[in-house]
Amino acid sequence: MTAIAEGTRPVPRRSRFVLDRPEFMGPLFIAPAILYVVLLVALPFFLAIYYSVSAYTIFNPSYHFVGLKNLKEVLESDIFRHTLGNTFFFTIVSQIFGLLLGKVGAMLLIQDFPGRGIARALVVLPWAVPVSLAVLAWKWMFDSLYSVINWTLMAVGLMDPMNPAQWLGTTDLAMTAVITVHAWRLFPFGVVIFLAGLTSVPKDVLDAATIDGAGFWRRNYVIIMPIILPIITIALIFGTVFTFTDLSVVYLLTNGGPVNSTQVLGSLGFQVGVLSGDVSHGAVICLFLFPFLLLATIILLKVLRRREI
Amino acid sequence: MTTMARRIAGTGSFYSAVVLLVLFAAFPFYWMLITTFKQDGDLYNLQSIPYWFNESPTMEHIDYLFTDTLFLRWLGNSALIGVCVVAITLVVSLPAGYSLARMPGRAAENLGIGIFLTYLVPPTLLFLPLSRVISLLGLQDSLWSLVLVYPTFTIPFCTWLLMGFFKSVPREIDEAAIVDGCTMVGAFVKTILPLSLPAILTVIIFAFTLTMQEFVYALTFISSSDQKPITLGVATDLVRGDVYYWGELMGAALISSIPVAIAYNLFLDRFISGITGGAVKG
Repeated sequence: MTAIAEGTRPVPRRSRFVLDRPEFMGPLFIAPAILYVVLLVALPFFLAIYYSVSAYTIFNPSYHFVGLKNLKEVLESDIFRHTLGNTFFFTIVSQIFGLLLGKVGAMLLIQDFPGRGIARALVVLPWAVPVSLAVLAWKWMFDSLYSVINWTLMAVGLMDPMNPAQWLGTTDLAMTAVITVHAWRLFPFGVVIFLAGLTSVPKDVLDAATIDGAGFWRRNYVIIMPIILPIITIALIFGTVFTFTDLSVVYLLTNGGPVNSTQVLGSLGFQVGVLSGDVSHGAVICLFLFPFLLLATIILLKVLRRREI
Repeated sequence: MTTMARRIAGTGSFYSAVVLLVLFAAFPFYWMLITTFKQDGDLYNLQSIPYWFNESPTMEHIDYLFTDTLFLRWLGNSALIGVCVVAITLVVSLPAGYSLARMPGRAAENLGIGIFLTYLVPPTLLFLPLSRVISLLGLQDSLWSLVLVYPTFTIPFCTWLLMGFFKSVPREIDEAAIVDGCTMVGAFVKTILPLSLPAILTVIIFAFTLTMQEFVYALTFISSSDQKPITLGVATDLVRGDVYYWGELMGAALISSIPVAIAYNLFLDRFISGITGGAVKG
């Protein structure tokens, strides 16, 4: 048998260069990718854990071990607890709005109408454009003096011209502003994901259900939702991770202010760890993201696995 | 109500919903556009209607951007970073994706998912330790630090995209080339790569746009104006003191957004099928 197999090959297997063997080449092909991820993702991650239990600052870079002292100090700080609450609040509220708008948008854009291509291209813009640049436009729209939003509200009589809203200067409005920008940035992602899901629902199944007397809501919940649920879960996880770990929107729009009312874990970690140079406390704050990322990862893995079976 | 009238009412509310949605999404970009070309006197005027030009449009802000700021330098920096990151990504991801697609068994699948998951690791978690690593390497305050770090998120995503693509290329093609006397590398380069040009193009576009969108690492690693990529330079250096020069700012944001927006729109479907892991069957 081996004789036949070798006979069909122009070069005997044994004399082949070692690099031609799949059992060597496979791992060799994938080694650089793994090396990159290990050196620049895994290693820094462990370094962050190490910083979090040492007394490391930019001004005094000592790896002196202090145990859980940093963690205790962070947990006892009012600003931190407030920040943790903010992070959840921003994430959950903007996800809800993003998903709702995404669903509505997809149901509109799945229809065939003239100008649909242009409408879709315009709707996708907030997700496509670099977030730091898009946030600048919002900052200008929320300007304390020349806000176009205020101008419009005054023009239609919904706002007192003597007392214009200070979008980024008062706590509640600053929160609204940050959530608006997050939801604005996320909903196009929701739209395209829902669109992809909706087009994957077999049309004959829907037609059959309609003939059997299923109405709009029933078709929606009994047929469409179960089919597109895995895709929606993936979208939700990505959206949640992006919002939960965001730093740029808050940093550019409010810089955590006024008086820390819009501070999130990312922006607080940046202020403490980079601007104040207190690397170890900054590391503790940022590591608080990790348990939630882990949870998101586990859910994502479940969805990916179930789909493949 | 007659059927005709009902249909017209239905169409009417459908179109108003579409218009509202598009307005919400695109108004900030319209606002960028009109701000860019408005004269300062027109911009900072509460009396006139702000939605359109009340004085003649001007190129003043654009001129200023190109002659008196480092705008062109930042664009150049971003392009340089983008090209280098794309090159690194291709060199690392192409063989990795191919190998994952051809490796037998469950292990390859787990490895693939493992690499993809690192895409979920956010810059916010790593910017502190990485900034120490960067300064140990002597790369602080240099755009090369970004060239080194950006592949940490482009490689996972692109390897995943390519793996999916290579799986769709029949195994018989590379096996036939190997039987004909090609080496494994030869088979990959001569038969698989030419078939993969669309996938490679997608990877190039995505790696490039992902680097164009990044902000956190750039903010942490770089403080010299002449080393900044476009997103960072516009957001931090065009604000002088506490004064925002909105004409220039919006002009810069607009010019740098357009190419990314176009690229994204063209390759959106591939991006979505990548992120959902090919869950969507058209």
